[in-house]
Amino acid sequence: MDTTEPAGGPDLPPGIFPQKHLLGIEGLSAGDINALLDRAEGEILVSRQVEKKKNVLRGRTQINLFFEASTRTQSSFEIAGKRLGADVMNMSVASSSVKKGETLIDTAQTLNAMRPDILVVRHHAAGAVHLLARKVSCSVINAGDGAHEHPTQALLDALTMRRHMGDISRLTIAICGDVLHSRVARSNIILLNTLGARVRVVGPSTLMPKGIERMGVSVHTSMRDGLKDADIVMMLRLQRERMAGSFVPSVREYFRYWGLDQEKLAFAKPEALVMHPGPMNRGVEIDPEVADGPQSLIAEQVEMGVAVRMAVLEALAEHLPNY
Amino acid sequence: MPVTTPNRRLTDPARPTVFSSARVIDPARGLDAPGAVLVAEGRIIAAGPEVLNQGTPDGWEIVDCAGKIVAPGLVDMRVFIGEPGHEHRETIASASRAAAAGGVTTMITMPDTDPVIDDPALVDFVMRRARDTARVRVHPMAALTRGLKGNETVEIGLLSEAGAVAFTDGRQSVSSALVMRRSLRYARDFGALIVHHVEEPTLAAAGVVTEGEFATRLGLAGIPREAEIIMLERDMRLVALTGGRYHAAQISTSDSVEIIRAAKARGLDVTAGVSVAHLTLNELDIGTYRSFLKLSPPLRAEEDRLAVVAGLADGTIDVVVSSHDPQDVEMKRHPFAEAGSGAIGLETLLPAAMRLVHNGDLDWLRLFAVLALNPARRLGLDVGTLSPGAPAALIVVDPNLAWVVVRSQLKSHSKNTPYEEARFEGRVVRTIVGGETVFEG
Repeated sequence: MDTTEPAGGPDLPPGIFPQKHLLGIEGLSAGDINALLDRAEGEILVSRQVEKKKNVLRGRTQINLFFEASTRTQSSFEIAGKRLGADVMNMSVASSSVKKGETLIDTAQTLNAMRPDILVVRHHAAGAVHLLARKVSCSVINAGDGAHEHPTQALLDALTMRRHMGDISRLTIAICGDVLHSRVARSNIILLNTLGARVRVVGPSTLMPKGIERMGVSVHTSMRDGLKDADIVMMLRLQRERMAGSFVPSVREYFRYWGLDQEKLAFAKPEALVMHPGPMNRGVEIDPEVADGPQSLIAEQVEMGVAVRMAVLEALAEHLPNY
Repeated sequence: MPVTTPNRRLTDPARPTVFSSARVIDPARGLDAPGAVLVAEGRIIAAGPEVLNQGTPDGWEIVDCAGKIVAPGLVDMRVFIGEPGHEHRETIASASRAAAAGGVTTMITMPDTDPVIDDPALVDFVMRRARDTARVRVHPMAALTRGLKGNETVEIGLLSEAGAVAFTDGRQSVSSALVMRRSLRYARDFGALIVHHVEEPTLAAAGVVTEGEFATRLGLAGIPREAEIIMLERDMRLVALTGGRYHAAQISTSDSVEIIRAAKARGLDVTAGVSVAHLTLNELDIGTYRSFLKLSPPLRAEEDRLAVVAGLADGTIDVVVSSHDPQDVEMKRHPFAEAGSGAIGLETLLPAAMRLVHNGDLDWLRLFAVLALNPARRLGLDVGTLSPGAPAALIVVDPNLAWVVVRSQLKSHSKNTPYEEARFEGRVVRTIVGGETVFEG
């Protein structure tokens, strides 16, 4: 483990993650975050080797429990677990089987009886992962709960930024689009504030949650204001079902005013970089030209995702009982 | 159905009883003084400081209250039960045990059972079940619209005759202004009271907590306070238009208090209630997604809680309810957004409300006015007072007894209390209904 003390962080023993679970970015210190990012740097090297294998999770069972479909996050956690030597099982719980009457807690207790070491959980309801973590004896990682948090996404975004821009505390980040329904936005807002960055949210007022400014962001409704002098432009996915109805009148109007094209990207700093948590709606929130352009970090975010998830799994594994 | 024997006969109802050495509180007469209460044949004979001036009558059973409070039993205007249809959540019998333990001597039951109480025969059913199985007095409210569907007004005259004390769609709001207007107007011909849950349904639709910073941080869909305010404003216009008798079941925002105050100043026949949860808890008590604190209306910010406490103290809000709403455990084993809303409250109504007295927000007379006298008067019931001739529905309260809520010890069949492990000061030690002691603790 890298023993350099991260700038601005408290004097924690390096490498010891202070929690049994990773339920959110909320509650993590700058030191905790930097320690995870430092650890992830090492995991990038592992993933770039021919022999992409460590044995820190050898013999451990990791269950990816997804109540909401997700290809990329689930496969990212699966690869991360396997590269660390864990036995990984994917379990997709279709919402229909939940409707059959089994509650979240029933599912959790059933799985717990199979003695997994780590549960990776995604759920469509905010707080579901917290509820589950209270009912099982293993470590739990939140892979996204409703509109609440998606901590590994924020960590991988931070890792990507740090590798390209250096010290995050000097950056201005504009998070654009459907902030109201976005767990990615919330986790990023908390993480970036913890590391001392300036954070803006940009989008139509109908997609801004009330009181968001009290989470430490400035709120902008025009891309021109919101992107001015930004170092990073982070686009959020706009789900198609939000487009009909009263959030946004139409795709073409949304793209016209909030979709990221070259013209709007020019409001940001010339060297600004573009991020997107995926999956993208090309032509809705982002122009394909920008998504695939030289300023885009979108593909790299995916690689950083595996590294960060390896780092989180490894950090939590240090808490697991050793029998 | 086996006939259960509902009442443990701790006191002999045939024998007249004197509750002596008591602090007698009777808001109907503005009385708060040391004295005694005489009860015989199920009625209050006398209550006050001078009733034992002639000495204790011969042959009377004497209950020495040792300085504890004797007050009228509580009249709880908002009690959800599961009978008929959802007996696994709560029966009239189990609710009445919880009521007796909480000092609630009159329960007003909500009509959203299965079937919905929208027919005189069903009112009759509830009253017969109550007579056979309940330890406390039970009066049903009937539905305001058939099947709670919000379209057709029920038979207000026939239902009133059958014993319905008021008309409400329970936890539902009547979204059609036209239906509400006609109902208010028609009910006026019978002098019937309409009780309304004020929440504009489309604004509230997806929300589970009050909109604002707290909701945003938790990632939960919010309900704007305006959902309540808009519906209440609309209703005040309709009451003015129709001259109807109206009671807002629960209000929870500072603006709602202002609206009720203004309506009363205009002379409208309007009253308002508040749940004890909204007087003693705020949204932050939800913490990390505690689903037992998922209520309708949702818990509000502290400023709104303070405003409703002030509105209760100054007389704008008339009634405090438990909003007792048993939910089976299954409904609470889901994530917050998917969990059922509602919390039980019969046993914690008085102890939680006494916090307001201990904090200096209310005095004892006002406490028993809002918990007993006002709801009884608004519904035209002869309880809620210790006046001579009133039914002997009274409680003995130890105002200083310290205790901690333990879920498993609650009498309600469902255990979804928002006050788990709460520390309370004050508790009912004896509940008397019809002259009989139905609870002693």
